[in-house]
Amino acid sequence: MIAELGLAALWLAAALAALQLVCGALATHAGEGHDLALLTRPAAILQGGLAAFSFAMLVWVFAITDLSVKLVAANSHAMKPLVFKLAGAWGNHEGSMLLWVTVMALAGVLIAAVERRLPERTMQATLAAQGFVALGFYAFLLLSSNPFERLPIPAAEGMGLNPLLQDLGLAFHPPTLYFGYVGLSVAFSFAVGALVTRQVTPEFARAMRPWVLGAWVFLTLGITAGSYWAYYELGWGGWWFWDPVENASLMPWLAATALLHSAGVLAARDALRAWTIMLGVVAFSMSMLGTFLVRSGILTSVHAFAVDPERGSFILALLAIYIGGALLLFALRAGTVSEGERFAVASREGALVVNNVMLSAVLAIVLLGTLYPLLTEAFDVRVSVGPPYFNPVGTIFVAPMLLAMAVGPLLRWRQDSLGRVNREVALVAALILAALVLVSIVGEVSLLPLIGLSLAGGLAVASLLPLGGRTLRRVPLATWGMVAAHFGIAMALFGMASDSAFTKERLAALEPGQSAEAGPWRVTLDRVEPVAGPNWTALQASLSASYKGGEPIVLTPQARSFWAPPQQTTESALATRWNGQLYAVIGQEAGRGRWQIRLWWKPFVTWIWLGGMLVALGGVLALIGRVLADLKRRSVTRRARARRDEARALVAEPAE
Amino acid sequence: MKAPMKAKHQRLTLIAIALVALIAAGLLAAWALRNQASYFYLPEQMRADPPAVGQAVRLGGMVERGSLKTLADGVTIAFMVTGKGDARVPVRFAGIVPDLFEEGSGVVAEGSLQRDGSFRADNLLAKHDENYVPRELEGMSEMQAARVAEETTVGLK
Repeated sequence: MIAELGLAALWLAAALAALQLVCGALATHAGEGHDLALLTRPAAILQGGLAAFSFAMLVWVFAITDLSVKLVAANSHAMKPLVFKLAGAWGNHEGSMLLWVTVMALAGVLIAAVERRLPERTMQATLAAQGFVALGFYAFLLLSSNPFERLPIPAAEGMGLNPLLQDLGLAFHPPTLYFGYVGLSVAFSFAVGALVTRQVTPEFARAMRPWVLGAWVFLTLGITAGSYWAYYELGWGGWWFWDPVENASLMPWLAATALLHSAGVLAARDALRAWTIMLGVVAFSMSMLGTFLVRSGILTSVHAFAVDPERGSFILALLAIYIGGALLLFALRAGTVSEGERFAVASREGALVVNNVMLSAVLAIVLLGTLYPLLTEAFDVRVSVGPPYFNPVGTIFVAPMLLAMAVGPLLRWRQDSLGRVNREVALVAALILAALVLVSIVGEVSLLPLIGLSLAGGLAVASLLPLGGRTLRRVPLATWGMVAAHFGIAMALFGMASDSAFTKERLAALEPGQSAEAGPWRVTLDRVEPVAGPNWTALQASLSASYKGGEPIVLTPQARSFWAPPQQTTESALATRWNGQLYAVIGQEAGRGRWQIRLWWKPFVTWIWLGGMLVALGGVLALIGRVLADLKRRSVTRRARARRDEARALVAEPAE
Repeated sequence: MKAPMKAKHQRLTLIAIALVALIAAGLLAAWALRNQASYFYLPEQMRADPPAVGQAVRLGGMVERGSLKTLADGVTIAFMVTGKGDARVPVRFAGIVPDLFEEGSGVVAEGSLQRDGSFRADNLLAKHDENYVPRELEGMSEMQAARVAEETTVGLK
């Protein structure tokens, strides 16, 4: 009964999306004041409620482990802890797509209920575009991946959830990315709306920006969390594998970063109009492509657990319709969007153009590297594309981008000269050079980490310079956001470079009582013993690790065996200090009572994720700053209007 | 100081810059990707046309039955990787092997060729779980591996 309620709500929501599309499109066509326009916003709001209800029903059947529902039987197990039962609702293909449309519909509610800045006709077009995108996803859910499908005979017991996915961090990782993807779909709808009515204005950029910022924050968090998950859960000691699924989340992030900055130019200076629209289309294309790559299973990957060619073709068709349609619209309309304001090469706009172009180039490189194996496979050649491609080729474009990022925020809008900021530029350049020389003297560091370390140092200082000479209390929140985000990038870069430059690795076969050294750590194996959890058993090593002869810390890495479904995983153990992390893994028995213990000392590796979190925090600050400024502007306008009306009434009175 | 350009010229300049950067990125990527193709080797390729000693490459094939042994230090394993025919490459790996690594199954070893003709692996990619197979070896049994080896060799020329 519960499942049927959810399914019915989903069908109704799909119908309302169609209504939203038709009303919005007709209202846009007819112009202001069409009666149907009144229906568009309520349709969006009601659709959001129904989608949310449907999703709640799915979580409910997972909570009670209703084994007559196919999805529950395939992905859950009565023995599983409750939080993983709930997370199981979106830890699979159907559930995650339902979550996607739910978030999208709720975003629709927010636009329909709150957004009043844009001309009504543009809003109608935007909502119509949003309904159109949603409709495709409803069709996908209802026709090819119904989450509420019943089994003819209820299963006796569930199949369980892949143990690699039974992890709190992971329970919240995919939804975070989806929020990001959905935010970009909203930005896409705004871009289409603006293109249809040719209203590519600073107002449009201001309305779109919070969505891009929000999406970008979620993508940043999602990528950061995903990287940390891969780091500690997969037990390989690496934090980024250039895996297709990782690239699928990186590409929308790159596009969103570019979009964020170009929308900033459009909002502040009314320049880069067509470019911003183009990026809006590209950013959403990348999130669709990401979904396609992950959900079709076309690229085999550690993460791709749901694979189905039919679904792949469905998403590919959706991709073709939306992206092809949007690009066609862009090609037809872009010429009629008039040129924006002009600016000099040495200006903040100029630096942001460099940022945008370089980000797009990096995006192109990641995209080609991700799709290349698919392309060659069509000719029956199997190749793997990995770090030897991505790292050096990416760096060629990332390095100039980081330099522009160091200088850009110091420049003024419209027209400036590097001469005005020569002291700051000289300081940053000197820092970068000094770091370059210092690091190459101190240790043998290969080229890429060397570049990374020196740029990180220069960028860290440069990112703080915009605060110089200002009263800190009066610096706008959005500027704080920029400073935090740029500083976070420098931190993350430092962590990445220092991890690849200074990591010490040690593999040893130890008898209980023996010890091994990794960097400044001395690790002693105390014992190996079996332990049991709710749905697994494990061999657990007890290690005492002491940093430079200090008080030992106990670490307990495990080799776990799950029984539903049967699978082995490696649980690493970590000892975190401010200046790095010790990473310990237990391997197989090495004969004669010895055990394989693998140790890594990774200096400053945690800064990668701390930096990522700081970047996200910067986004949050900017978002709050922008929204507050907008609310203030609204209330000022409202008060001014009230005062004007009052004045008019006073003037009008004596005439009566 | 240069005065700002006309709006129309500015737009054209921006388009030109963006196109140049994207085309440069595309060409660079294409060039680097072509080199990537030679980054993956099968045993017979490694015998016939070996990569430079010390160059980071991947070696893919099947772990020969009966060849896997652990050396006295307890952490180094040695095994033979076979492809089509009798081409075999001895591999040494010091590390914790993937959970489902075993004789007779597929493996991709990341590492470099040594002077003595053996392959020193820094990392082994084997079936990580039942859903994961290295892309190059997906769906292959020992026999098929040999056949694909042949096809891949043609393509890699």
